Amino acid sequence: MSRDRLTLGMIVGIPLMQMIIFGFGINNDVRHVRTGVVDLAGTQASRALIADIGASQVIDFVARPRGVEALRAMIASGKIQVGLYIPPDFERRRIDATRPVAQVIIDGTHPGVEPAVRAIASAPLAARSGLQRRARPTIEVLTEFNPERRTAVQVVPALIGVILNMTMVIFTAIALVRERERGNLELLIMTPVRSVELMIGKLLPYVAVGLIQTTIVLLTAVLLFDVPVNGSVWQLYLGAALFIAATLALGLVISTLASTQFQAMQLGFFTLLPSILLSGFAFPFEGSPRIVQYFAQVLPLTHFVEILRGVIVRGATLASLWQPLAKLSVFLVLAVTLAATRFHKRLD
Amino acid sequence: MSAPDLAIEAQGLTRRFGSVVAVDDIDLSIPRGRIYGFLGPNGSGKSTTIRMLCGLIKPSSGTIRVLGLEMPRQAEILRRRVGYMTQRFSLWEDLSARENLAFMASIYTLEARHAAQRIAAAIAEYRLQEFLDRPAGTLSGGQKQRLALAAATLHEPQLLLLDEPTSAVDPQSRRDFWESLFALTAGGATILVSTHYMDEAERCHGLAILHLGHIVASGTPSQLMQDLPLQVVEIEAADPTAVRAALRGLATLRSLAQLGLRLHALLAPQAGPAGASAGASAGAPGDGVAQVRALLAQAGIVATVSKAAASLEDVFVGATLSAGATPH
Repeated sequence: MSRDRLTLGMIVGIPLMQMIIFGFGINNDVRHVRTGVVDLAGTQASRALIADIGASQVIDFVARPRGVEALRAMIASGKIQVGLYIPPDFERRRIDATRPVAQVIIDGTHPGVEPAVRAIASAPLAARSGLQRRARPTIEVLTEFNPERRTAVQVVPALIGVILNMTMVIFTAIALVRERERGNLELLIMTPVRSVELMIGKLLPYVAVGLIQTTIVLLTAVLLFDVPVNGSVWQLYLGAALFIAATLALGLVISTLASTQFQAMQLGFFTLLPSILLSGFAFPFEGSPRIVQYFAQVLPLTHFVEILRGVIVRGATLASLWQPLAKLSVFLVLAVTLAATRFHKRLD
Repeated sequence: MSAPDLAIEAQGLTRRFGSVVAVDDIDLSIPRGRIYGFLGPNGSGKSTTIRMLCGLIKPSSGTIRVLGLEMPRQAEILRRRVGYMTQRFSLWEDLSARENLAFMASIYTLEARHAAQRIAAAIAEYRLQEFLDRPAGTLSGGQKQRLALAAATLHEPQLLLLDEPTSAVDPQSRRDFWESLFALTAGGATILVSTHYMDEAERCHGLAILHLGHIVASGTPSQLMQDLPLQVVEIEAADPTAVRAALRGLATLRSLAQLGLRLHALLAPQAGPAGASAGASAGAPGDGVAQVRALLAQAGIVATVSKAAASLEDVFVGATLSAGATPH
């Protein structure tokens, strides 16, 4: 065992790392949900209401768009998950018991967020100035993009990413190791082909494979689970191609680390579990500690889940999703570079 | 001091793997346009040396110039001028022969028309037509080898490095293979081949015998056979086992191999301890024969004893024996 340091490391280090990451990371407590606020009233009472809602740790106000349109656009692009709208006639509504004083718009595509925010919004808080004696809920809650609150709408689009991640990483993780085992690599190294060319050559054909797989999964999502595709399909494919390339590049890095196909498979699976648990696919990652959130940022799936929910469910355009796209691109470039430098054209 | 007529020059070439010294202080000067052989058993350092020469592994110390290029610094430039055939068949087994050739041509970025022309020439030269569209994995050993050689020479390399190219090939294919190698040298290529087959080694223009990481003998095969410091004695007897027993006490005996009813003995030129210097080998040629005759007569064994010419195998056995006997 001491002769195989990678396996030793995997036996000892990986469970430890996983316990720490997952123990802290998997969390159903929703906290620090990114929220935008539009306060068209601008009165003392409206500011008091905003401060009051913000006092619960569930919501963090991170943006102050100018109007409701901008607020909705930010939700669609995934920059915020919740919007708080206080209309200009807030003061009049305060004394009119039949009308809600404000509106909370929740992005229904994320698991866990909707119930937590709904609870905050509809809590009969005594502290809410001048609102105590009202009969109806004071804040109207709207669940956007998933009004029926179906789990399928939250899970199935993101599942496309999970499934692609599963297959793609293993494809390339094995690719180089297999060629090394079969002796092809010794021959390739002796040719003028450059490391980067070799890496890109390994990557491109599998992108096509991944896009075929995307089609299969997407058709199933639409036909079987009745998931609406609100955004543009070609933009979805563009995002998918980038994600596929990024996961393939991750596989290539693994391929330069592993010395046998078995090791490559194992390493591949070890990257898969954090991707599933921490990407926001199954659990809201707003609740987890900072360090775990940073870790999740490294995973391509985190960004692709964002893109998938944005384009498929919220009908967002890629332009508005430039942030996750940029992060995926950075990941792709770094991973290919790392794989190419780690793969020096020598045998020792 | 790089001579232009040398394809490979190396001085003090050494490679350690941990505490093991795989190649120990080797000097090489291999002329252009020749077939040069590395003869040695497994683990003698042949593959390691070849891999250092082409930049696949870094030497621990020593200098190398291949085709005038300093290795491993200029390894990338060398790649275009060198062809390499590995011990194992290392083309893609799930591609057809034709696809493998096309792929290699594109790897070497041969221009399309030139590539088609080279591939057509290779198909004719190495008789690939009959299995051109079969997956390479289903080919026989000889066919695979023809394909591998065709692939390694598509880009017309000036130097061809062959690492035990004929280990998985029948004798006829081996003969054909060597014909192809001579044709390549006639075209100006230099070939470095490693082998553990004597008949192959004998075909080389020049030869280095490797043992435990050292070059224990080098020269042309005929020169090596001529200069062998040991005497070769052949003994033919009805009971070879008895002869073995009788010769056991012979202090000059270095090796005894049985070939049917014949025994093939290698004798040091003069009686003495096993480490006797080979330099003092000017003893009379009949010495060994006389010694053996005397011993056998003493034991009452009837046998024909005669002096024989050294074969390359004798050279090999002699070289590895004396090297192995030197105290470490």
